[in-house]
Amino acid sequence: MEGTLNLVGFGLAAIGPGIATGLIFAAYINGVARQPEARSVLQPIAFLGFALAEALALFGLVLAFVL
Amino acid sequence: MRVLVRSAEGEGFVPPSTKDFQLPPIFGDNVYTTKPILLVFLSVILISTFFILSARKAAVVPSKFQFAGESVYSFVRENLAKEVIGHEFMRFVPYLFTLFTFILVNNLFGIIPLIQFPTMSHVSFPYVLAFSTYLVFHYVGIRKQGAFKYFKEILFMPGVPKAAYILITPLEILTFFVVRPLTLSLRLFANMFAGHLLLLVFILGGEHLLQGVIGLKLISPFAFGIGIVLTFFEFMVQCLQAYIFTLLAALYIAGALADEH
Repeated sequence: MEGTLNLVGFGLAAIGPGIATGLIFAAYINGVARQPEARSVLQPIAFLGFALAEALALFGLVLAFVL
Repeated sequence: MRVLVRSAEGEGFVPPSTKDFQLPPIFGDNVYTTKPILLVFLSVILISTFFILSARKAAVVPSKFQFAGESVYSFVRENLAKEVIGHEFMRFVPYLFTLFTFILVNNLFGIIPLIQFPTMSHVSFPYVLAFSTYLVFHYVGIRKQGAFKYFKEILFMPGVPKAAYILITPLEILTFFVVRPLTLSLRLFANMFAGHLLLLVFILGGEHLLQGVIGLKLISPFAFGIGIVLTFFEFMVQCLQAYIFTLLAALYIAGALADEH
């Protein structure tokens, strides 16, 4: 086996954003289930939060290749 | 998996890496004719032809073609611009619409057969898009509120106790001038880059397994199968990233237009 330890580090770094994304969509689904007419209000917020949390994982990915 | 393949074969499987994104020039030695650059031109031609054709014979009862063009337009106008920016949204619809269709088509190149290379997996293209968005939202903010007031409100957020400025001002400078354009471009780039790499792993891996002994040949359809499933997943991600880029651009513009940040 060969490879770099960077990728192990990236795997560890991806845990946080993974949990965060799960929490965001859990909250979004909860909100829509309780109040279906709020979907159009919640959707951009949910995707915005998702994009911000996901960006952290992707920085990890970029750094894993760059370093 | 890699160990297995290597022991069966002798020469090892070379996993895809960043080198797979460095494509040689297509016509001779001209560095301006690499695949991503030609794809950008192709995307511009495709988008303009599609929308000119779909809008040329506009009728009250739309044809299927016109309907397709108009639904993309109304998606950007109603769901993105109008809901995020508010009553001044009409000025920004052309920019957001261009941004959305350009990113969408360039992303979709990643899964269209025979092309299969997302332009945005080269970081320079997202940089340019993010930079133009950066110029737009600061310009809009300065025009709307005046340079002094605009920067004052960024640097010294109103309604915050004076002592907290020591912490908040550097963070705000970082957010507005560094983090925003950087995350905007890197998010798009990294998604496309990672997605393309993922597809390469499974498709090249499947191809390599086919060249192995009979046992490995039996595994390779699974690798191709996962590759196909991931292609559909990539389709979703590519549409989502085009949406998110435009949504964030609209949000930044809305933030610059608002009286209080």
